[in-house]
Amino acid sequence: MTLSVLSRDWLLDENPETRLQAKLGQSYRMTRALMRNPLAVLGLVIILALLVVAAFAPWLAPYSPIEGSLSNRLLPPSAEHWMGTDELGRDILSRVIHGSRITLYIVLLVAVLSAPIGLVLGAVAGYFGGWVDRALMGVTDVFLSMPRLILALAFVAALGPGIGNAVIAITITAWPVYARIARAETLTIRNSDFIAAVRMLGGSHWRIVARHILPLCLSSTIIRVTLDMAGIILTAAGLGFIGLGAQPPAPEWGAMISRGRTFILDQWWVATMPGFAIVVVSLGFCLFGDGLRDVLDPRQRSK
Amino acid sequence: MIRIDKLNVHYGSAHVVRDVSLDIATGESFALVGESGSGKSTVLKALAGQIRDWSGTVDLGDVRLSPGKHPRELIRRVQMVFQDPYGSLHPRRTVDDHLDEPLQIHGLGDRDQRILSMLDAVGLARKFRFRLPHQLSGGQRQRVAIARALMLEPDILLLDEPTSALDVSVQAEILNLLKGLRAERGLTFLLVTHDLPVVSFLCDRLAVLKAGQIQEIAGVEQLRHRNLGSAYGRELVAAAEGVAAEQA
Repeated sequence: MTLSVLSRDWLLDENPETRLQAKLGQSYRMTRALMRNPLAVLGLVIILALLVVAAFAPWLAPYSPIEGSLSNRLLPPSAEHWMGTDELGRDILSRVIHGSRITLYIVLLVAVLSAPIGLVLGAVAGYFGGWVDRALMGVTDVFLSMPRLILALAFVAALGPGIGNAVIAITITAWPVYARIARAETLTIRNSDFIAAVRMLGGSHWRIVARHILPLCLSSTIIRVTLDMAGIILTAAGLGFIGLGAQPPAPEWGAMISRGRTFILDQWWVATMPGFAIVVVSLGFCLFGDGLRDVLDPRQRSK
Repeated sequence: MIRIDKLNVHYGSAHVVRDVSLDIATGESFALVGESGSGKSTVLKALAGQIRDWSGTVDLGDVRLSPGKHPRELIRRVQMVFQDPYGSLHPRRTVDDHLDEPLQIHGLGDRDQRILSMLDAVGLARKFRFRLPHQLSGGQRQRVAIARALMLEPDILLLDEPTSALDVSVQAEILNLLKGLRAERGLTFLLVTHDLPVVSFLCDRLAVLKAGQIQEIAGVEQLRHRNLGSAYGRELVAAAEGVAAEQA
């Protein structure tokens, strides 16, 4: 029984016998579709690598990310220091590895905070329409009309520098986009017959929004969040670069580039290595997001 | 069972339903026919609580309807089947989710058993229970929509052109199903259609609507014998026969 339960045929059965089998089968089909896209797989590999590196940073990093010896300062990449050392003699590889934790922390926290806010506000605005819509979208437009980095800057300036405040600042600038997407999606489905049918069955507004509208907005939001991850990383790095994000000696990638700027002509590796890490991770999220869109978009999936 | 007196509906400045009065008996199958824009679907929507701006008196059973309100006790008694089975099912929810929803909303027990017996009643094999709508044919989807409408065991079923989005061969199956279900469960049907053969197959009486006004109310025998009273009614029959002749 246990063997047959987890077989491929069981998962792909056209006539599942239980809800669980149907749900597992759907996920399995989606995973397979995703795996057929080589670029999405590359993105996934990069994201998984980031997760592994962040989880095992203290064991993976060959040296301490904070302490260095001044006798080793500004060494070029070598067998001992794969990415060279910085102006305080710290191993850049170790700092990049530890920096992945900060990046992941910022990205996940921003996604977890901003996506639900935007999703719920957008769906509520789109579903109820009228003054609810005008009020919520008015607020959204105010936030949307301000340049992201500038607004984040203003908030960090008001709240004080630090990773926590950077996360809050980026969240405040990130949610309006999701609200807009969720609202647009909701407007296309609020008048459809399947919503009218639930209303006829006596479903409450809350039930309709939570169980019928939000699930349909979810995939486009997930796609957008994944694609935005790159932007969030860059904003965090930008805040770090101008000294308003993570504070030294924390090995934040943006702050590291900022420190390396001084030596960019003679010791190129100091700024390049963390920059390279930012590019790779951003690219990973972009590729994975594109792959997700192909799989999750129902209009594409039915074909 | 359904008593409508002087129903008027305005869409903005357009007066789309004018003084429509109908009296439909329990267990009767009644059709509203007319061309598109005649206001026949609007009457149905007013009964279903989907539009707010209407005036007149509408009694469904012993419950009086008022504009903008849809009393909860009506939900268990009046349900609707929509025209397009491709639009009336949620694309991400399985057949089971659709049939389970009304039971959840109204806190009814014994859900597995009710769903299975409803699948049997609408002639949908049990193996389809956990399929998504895109894995079903148009006829199967309409069976799901009918099953969903019947889950709460209503007395009145509002049918908005339930077969016009389906292939001709499937239309007959769905019509037979509806006819059987009505006999079995003693349902009262209010059907909106422009398809006169459907009316003669499924209905006892019909009302002909033009520009929001009832032209005549006739028995289905009159329709079968092409013996409608109003000029517009005869025109409709002639037009339908013209289309049929062209297709043949």
